[in-house]
Order: sequence, then C-alpha cells, then structure tokens
Amino acid sequence: MSFPMQFGIMSVSDITRDPISGNTPSEAERISGIVKIATKAEEVGLDVFAIGEHHNPPFFSSSPTTLLAHIAALTETLTVTTSTTLITTNDPVRIAEEYAMLQHLSGGRMDLMLGRGNTAPVYPWFGQDIRAGLPLALENYNLLHRLWREDVVDWEGEYRTPLQGFTSTPRPLDDVPPFVWHGSIRTPEIAEQAAFYGNGYFANNIFWPKGHYKRLIDFYRQRFEHYGHGTKKDAIIGVGGQAFIGKTSQAAKDQFRPYFDAAPVYGHGPSMEDFSDQTPLSVGSVQEVIDKTLTFQQSFGDYQRQLFLMDHAGMPLGMVLDQLELLGGEVVPVLRKELDARRDPESAVVPTHERLVAAKYGDAEPRQPRPNANRGDNVTGASPYQDTDAEFSAVYPA
Amino acid sequence: MTTYRLVVVNAGVSDPSSTKLLADRATARVVSLAESRDATIELTTIDLRELLPELAPAISSQHFGPGFKRAIDALQSADAVIAAAPVYKAGASGLFTSFFQVLDNDLLLGKPVILAATAGTARHALVVDEELRSLFAYLRTLVVPTSLFAATEDWSDKALTKRIDRAAFELMLLMESGFARAVKDESWGHYQHEYGSAGGTELGIDLSSDLMRLATGGSAKRTPLP
Repeated sequence: MSFPMQFGIMSVSDITRDPISGNTPSEAERISGIVKIATKAEEVGLDVFAIGEHHNPPFFSSSPTTLLAHIAALTETLTVTTSTTLITTNDPVRIAEEYAMLQHLSGGRMDLMLGRGNTAPVYPWFGQDIRAGLPLALENYNLLHRLWREDVVDWEGEYRTPLQGFTSTPRPLDDVPPFVWHGSIRTPEIAEQAAFYGNGYFANNIFWPKGHYKRLIDFYRQRFEHYGHGTKKDAIIGVGGQAFIGKTSQAAKDQFRPYFDAAPVYGHGPSMEDFSDQTPLSVGSVQEVIDKTLTFQQSFGDYQRQLFLMDHAGMPLGMVLDQLELLGGEVVPVLRKELDARRDPESAVVPTHERLVAAKYGDAEPRQPRPNANRGDNVTGASPYQDTDAEFSAVYPA
Repeated sequence: MTTYRLVVVNAGVSDPSSTKLLADRATARVVSLAESRDATIELTTIDLRELLPELAPAISSQHFGPGFKRAIDALQSADAVIAAAPVYKAGASGLFTSFFQVLDNDLLLGKPVILAATAGTARHALVVDEELRSLFAYLRTLVVPTSLFAATEDWSDKALTKRIDRAAFELMLLMESGFARAVKDESWGHYQHEYGSAGGTELGIDLSSDLMRLATGGSAKRTPLP
C-alpha cells in the first residue's frame, strides 16, 4: 500500500550490555536479531527499516547494503534505508555502486540517508580528516549525484582521485536514482544541499528540544522553494524520534528506566522525566506516545517520514519485538489516521520508487540501459550503453 | 538615563558564603557608581548552587534544563558580568569552571567582567590572575585590570575595599564605552560562531560562503576554501 507518509524504525546498531540481565549480546546474536527486528517491522505494518553505519565497536553495522539486501529479500513491502550512510569516509563511487545494486535487488524498495559521522578517529582509517568533514560531505555528494544521473562522468575534486570517462554500474533501476535524504541537526550547508537538489531533509529529533530542529527544517523548506522544486509544502521532510510504549504510563516508565539510565548517549545525565519533558522522547502509554508524536506535525508542518529509535541501549530482542507490536499494532494506525486527517492535501507525498518512475516517465516505458559489446577498451569508452548520448566525449589528461 | 544589565554569577555554595559576600560588595559598588553617573543597573543574580541538579546533563549531554536556560539568556543579554568563585585546592571550584565551560564560546564575547575569588588562605591569591583570566580570555571577554581576591585576613583590610572600588570603576567605564555592543553590531561576523551558538541567538546563515556554494554542486578544488 502506498501511504502519503511512511512510518518506520531506525537502528544505530549498538551492541550494548543489557543493564538488567547483565548480558552483552554477541555480534552474531545482535546481527541475527536485527534481521528479526526488520522483518517484524513489516509484519506489524511499518513501512521503513533504517540502519546506521559505524566502523568501530560496539556497533555491528559496517556494511549496510549487505544487511539491507538480505532484509529486502526476506520482505515484500518494507522500504530499507540508512540512518545514516557516511558520505565522508565512503568513496562516493562505492556508494553509487553499492546502493544502485541494492536498488535493483530490492526492486526499488530502498533509499538512503547521508550523514557525516562525528567520530574523529574513523576518518583517517579511510584516508580522510574530520576537520574537512563538511566540505568533504558536500563535495562527495555532488559527485554521487552525477554518478547516478550521467552515464559517463569526468570528475576532478579535492578529496578523491580524478575520474575520466567513468561509468558507475549498474545504472540505477529504471534509470531513476535512489532517493536521498540529507541528515543534519545543526549544519545549514547540509540543509542547503538537500534543498538545492530537491532531495529530502531528515532531522533526527533525538537529543534536543523540537525548536532546535524546526529552525533548519524551516530553512530547508524556504530554500527548496527558492531553488524551484515547488512550494514549501512540496519539501520532503523526515523526522526521527524515540519512544518506549507500555500498557500503562507507569509500566512504560518502570520498564524503560533502567535502559535510559544506563544508555551510552544520555545515561548518567538528565533524568528520564526531564529528558522526556524537554526532548521528543516519549515513554508512556499508547495514547501518550500518540499524543507526543502528533506534536511533531504541529511543530514541523506536514512531513513525509517518521522513524522511531526502538532497539538501543541493551534492550533485549524480545522486548524490542514487543515494542514493535505496540508501535505497529496500536500507535501507528492511529497516527496514520490522525495525520491523514490533518494533512494539507497539497503537501508532498513520500517519494517511492514507483512514484519517482511515474514522475519521470508517465506512461512511457522506463529506460533499461543495455551495454555496448565489449570492445576490449570499455574502461575508456565514452558511450558505455547502446542509448548513451554519442555526443559525449570524455576529457582525458593531456 | 541609561540602564545597564549586570549579571552576577556566584559559585559560593555555603550560606552565608564569603564568595557571595565579595560578589555582593562589588555589585553594590557598581550600582552606586552607576547612580552617581546617571545610570541604573538592572541586576540578575545566578547562584550556581541552584543549577547543580542541571549540571550533570549539561556536561554529559549538552542538555540544558530551565535554570540553565534562564542563566544563559541573562548572560546573553548582559552588559557586564561579575563572576565569583571559591578557590578549593589551588583552583577555582569545579562548579564555577564547569558552568563556564559548557557555555557557547561566543556567549560572552566582548563583555566586561569582574573576576572575584575567595579562599581560606592567601596562598591561593594568584588563582584569579593565573587561572580564571585565561578561561575568560578564551571566552573573549574583557576582564577588568583589577582582580578581586579575598582570603580570610583580607576581610578586615581596607585595601580590599579599595580594590573593589577600582574594579567597579573599571567595569563601569568598560560598560559605558559600549565596547561589547559595538563588537556585536559591527564586528560580530569576524568571530567564530556555530549555527545556534551564542545561547541559541546566532541564527544568521551566510548564503554566499564558499561552503554554501559547494552545497550547490562542484568540487572544493574549484571552490577554494579558507
């Protein structure tokens, strides 16, 4: 089913000791657990599963496309995506290739969210430097954008070796690039880039009061319109959030408190009550979680994707699966109905592959690139496909 | 008649507190000086003790509770600051330094400050000049030349009153000069800021910067960065 707005979950992929049992899952347990979590998401009626990318313990998700391809193969309607793909330490050429492959294998049920990554030591492992993190992210995306839209790319940038007459394979499914969300919580340049390209903008909405996120969302809407992609209502916005749902308000608080108090990010800091008052975290009954989530739309306007962080801080698999039952079974159906009723009919609908194909081709058949025969020198060819523009001529170093 | 907003940050935790007493004496002197110079002082006092429960989340998660937010708002709009710390074990108290360490780097930019410290022994006398001055230099404040320090024996010494008078006068002159306001109005862009810094007030976005241009295509190579 194609909803105007999608609901789903996002995982950081942390492997954290369960503060109650004292058990730390093995990597193998957590990886098989995340597959169960993702398939459960579809089973309970959620639309999206997102996984983060990390290259250091205690996280397992170094290779998101492998995981997501597996999950896509096990599911039928679920959209798989990232939260986030590192646009800084990954070579944009590899992102173009890997995610195009994922797009083919998932039948278009994927997109991706780009982020910078804030762990300084990771950068040099991949030949980069966090001090250049922002220009690196901006430049890398500029290249990635072209790799998915031009059969043959010449490139000379600051941060990777030049490309001459390069073709990223496979070409995107139906020659429609995967949809991209730019994740940012405090960097106007990232919101600007999302707006410039008409891409989505995602605010993680986890740590700070809502007003903090609203400023950049509003800026993105305004710039989206400025660049001629439509009105502010056409801007495509994703919002995060975290919830713990109980049968009663008190049950939720009692169950979640030990996990909150020991959580790596905010544990040993604010009290759960203060943090809930001041940030979008909701710990409570089904109705309380619904009410709090509805305030996001009041603050940010209509938005297209809501992702919840549900499986972190050492929560055991069974508890996460129970949470998904409540989220998918009781919370999201009400949110869909309520937000649908409040939605401005002119607001953007979430871009799915089908919608993007329809927008590009209408009733016409999508392009299906077929390579030219191997001439023995295909690495230097300027016309890799039978229908590639023959006028294009790659520029090689003199 | 000009009104100046003076914010007093007191890190003394006992009651009565000699640190608070020193801050109060400096404050009273600034207030009476202002009256004699046809100005009034709008006073806000921040007792850091009251922010103690909010300090842990502020340090661990940059998560500011309501008391912190009020303090930050007051400091953001302050024309001058009196900051008073007790000295423990050869350093300003952890509460005092922690408070100023979690503030945005540009929150106090250019603002005149009286630094004051109290201690149980004169051996701590240089803490204000050797430790606190560098913290406030990092925050790019304008610290008055006269530092205030009171060990036990100073309370009965007239010289302390003289120093308080000097520091108050220096602060008054710096407030009257409009230095902080002029920096804010005319030179603010020459300092480093982050989006949302200066206590959440720094929301200007320069659309013509090199990075903003890079956001709209091309490479950093063709768009040289500073």
